[in-house]
Amino acid sequence: MNVLVLVNIAKTHLLSRPKQTITAALGVTFGIGTFIILVSFMTGLNNLLDGLILNRTPHIHLYNQITPSEQQPVDLYDEVSNSFNVVHSIKPKLTQARIYNALPLLNFLANDQRVKGVSPLVKAQVFYVAGSIQLNGLINGVNILEEDRLFNLGDYIVKGSPQDLFRSTNGIIVGAGIAKKLSASLGDKIQVTSVTGDIFPLKIVGIYQSGLAEIDDIQSFANLKTTQTILNRGDNYITDLNVKLNDLQLAPSMAKSLAHQFNLTAVDINSANAQFETGTSIRNIITYAVSVALLIVAGFGIYNILNMLIYEKMNDIAILKATGFSGNDVRMVFMLQAMFIGLAGCVLGLVIGYVMSVVISHTPFETQALPTIKTFPVNFNGLFYAIGIVFALITTFFAGFMPANRAQKIDPVEILRGQ
Amino acid sequence: MSNIILEAKHISKQFHDPATVQVLNDISFKVFGGEFVSIMGRSGSGKSTLLYVVSTMDTRYEGQLFLKDELLTGQSNRQLSDVRNKHIGFVFQFHFLLPEFTVLENVMLPAKKLGKKTFEEIEDDARGHLRLLGMEDKAAKKANAISGGEKQRVAIARALINDPAIMMCDEPTGNLDSRNAHNVFDIFKSLTKERNLSLLVVTHDLDFAKGTDRILEMEDGKIIHGQREN
Repeated sequence: MNVLVLVNIAKTHLLSRPKQTITAALGVTFGIGTFIILVSFMTGLNNLLDGLILNRTPHIHLYNQITPSEQQPVDLYDEVSNSFNVVHSIKPKLTQARIYNALPLLNFLANDQRVKGVSPLVKAQVFYVAGSIQLNGLINGVNILEEDRLFNLGDYIVKGSPQDLFRSTNGIIVGAGIAKKLSASLGDKIQVTSVTGDIFPLKIVGIYQSGLAEIDDIQSFANLKTTQTILNRGDNYITDLNVKLNDLQLAPSMAKSLAHQFNLTAVDINSANAQFETGTSIRNIITYAVSVALLIVAGFGIYNILNMLIYEKMNDIAILKATGFSGNDVRMVFMLQAMFIGLAGCVLGLVIGYVMSVVISHTPFETQALPTIKTFPVNFNGLFYAIGIVFALITTFFAGFMPANRAQKIDPVEILRGQ
Repeated sequence: MSNIILEAKHISKQFHDPATVQVLNDISFKVFGGEFVSIMGRSGSGKSTLLYVVSTMDTRYEGQLFLKDELLTGQSNRQLSDVRNKHIGFVFQFHFLLPEFTVLENVMLPAKKLGKKTFEEIEDDARGHLRLLGMEDKAAKKANAISGGEKQRVAIARALINDPAIMMCDEPTGNLDSRNAHNVFDIFKSLTKERNLSLLVVTHDLDFAKGTDRILEMEDGKIIHGQREN
């Protein structure tokens, strides 16, 4: 009941000077609106850029690196073990580039709880031939559906689809640069020559564009089986395993143990892309710093307007106190006004922020580098709106608290007598 | 049970700014139920200061203050606010209504704060008081849209809304023409008769004071005339 009365007084004060109320609320509106727009847009962009790396990069990349033997024969010979031995011109030993026992290893990893999925890969060095043109290139033989599921390959296939490749026995998804150089398009046949000189006719079922010219000029995707045939190898010939984990943070430790356990080279995503997190966190800091600055400015607006209001309302304060309202009641009246201004400004700011975000998310944004992005990326996250409300209420609370506290302390006698 | 509504015992007060001045000097007096008391004195005699001390709004004094045998001295500001709300009605020289509220809302406000009745009952009461003061037709008007004499009557209605034990007035007619002043006096007179309301009025209007039951005359912070013991 008491609170209702105070709310009513606060309401009357606010409604009797709509211009001031609106000005103060608009300060908060701009602060919150800008915050929402900034943070949605910035995190949208961040997610996009992170996604470029995170989506495409396997969390752990396993392969068999051909290196010279650690131990040379001379090391095994006891007679010279105390001598200083120099071996010139060490070469890697003759061995295959494939992963030994790849299929059991694939099974083992697929059954691991921490692993979201494993995509096997066969890399084949080839020449693309169309008419008189020959291009140096690389075919990645993949399980295309798994590759799409784990590494969003489909996002970068600008013509055709992963399913088209899955359904065809001798199809190929060529890089956009290759297609352009060969003047080939969807449905055309190109010939691929393997290092051993065998020629395979393949049908273009898709065109792939990563945005990086040096990849698009060289790389193509084909089915695992097709690639194994090009290389003249069997089913168990697999050169790389790309592992995606449920939890990215486990990548470094797991990479280490896998490398040790299976005697393979394992590269984890953190060591492959150490710099990308730095950029993300700095962009976030800038976003929040700008938003907080805007809200502080809005807070000063509220502080000023309430201060003026209290000067104007000295008489009212004295009457309220004389007729039995306590200092706390009076403070409450002005706090309510501040909080109302904050809340109204905040809600309007959230709406404006949302509308502007929607507008931005429909603004065309086309770039060669990101074939799947047609409009600006915007992150619509409810959390930002919650943060916005909390921010606005905290700012207005502090902006209102000082003037309201002064109103509480005003001595009614001085005012009642003073006139 | 005595019929003493308000009792001040040995009230003293000093102002320290700019120089120390003894405004109130060991003042004791009583106001009885249904009594119409006026305080007179020259400017600077301390009559307004005394009123604000006994009104509980000014708490910086020495001595003791009782309302209906309850000691008010030393109570917290919050408690004193409640005392003012429940037992004391105020009318000031300058009408002191909340300008953005309607006449009716101004009258209702102290009762809403008291919170003993529903808003409907309070509105009935408020309209009743406005009718009593001939202001019922102005109930819906904004408080800053009525004349000075009307404002003073609204202020009286507001002071009455919680059925106080005593009404305190600082120069209630000081800002009114003689016709309105006469009006206000008649209203006060009938209130003491009909409601057994005690009135403590600071005034320098001798005609007004002569009509009251008793005149407390003040000089240099002391009451020099007009005491009544029972």
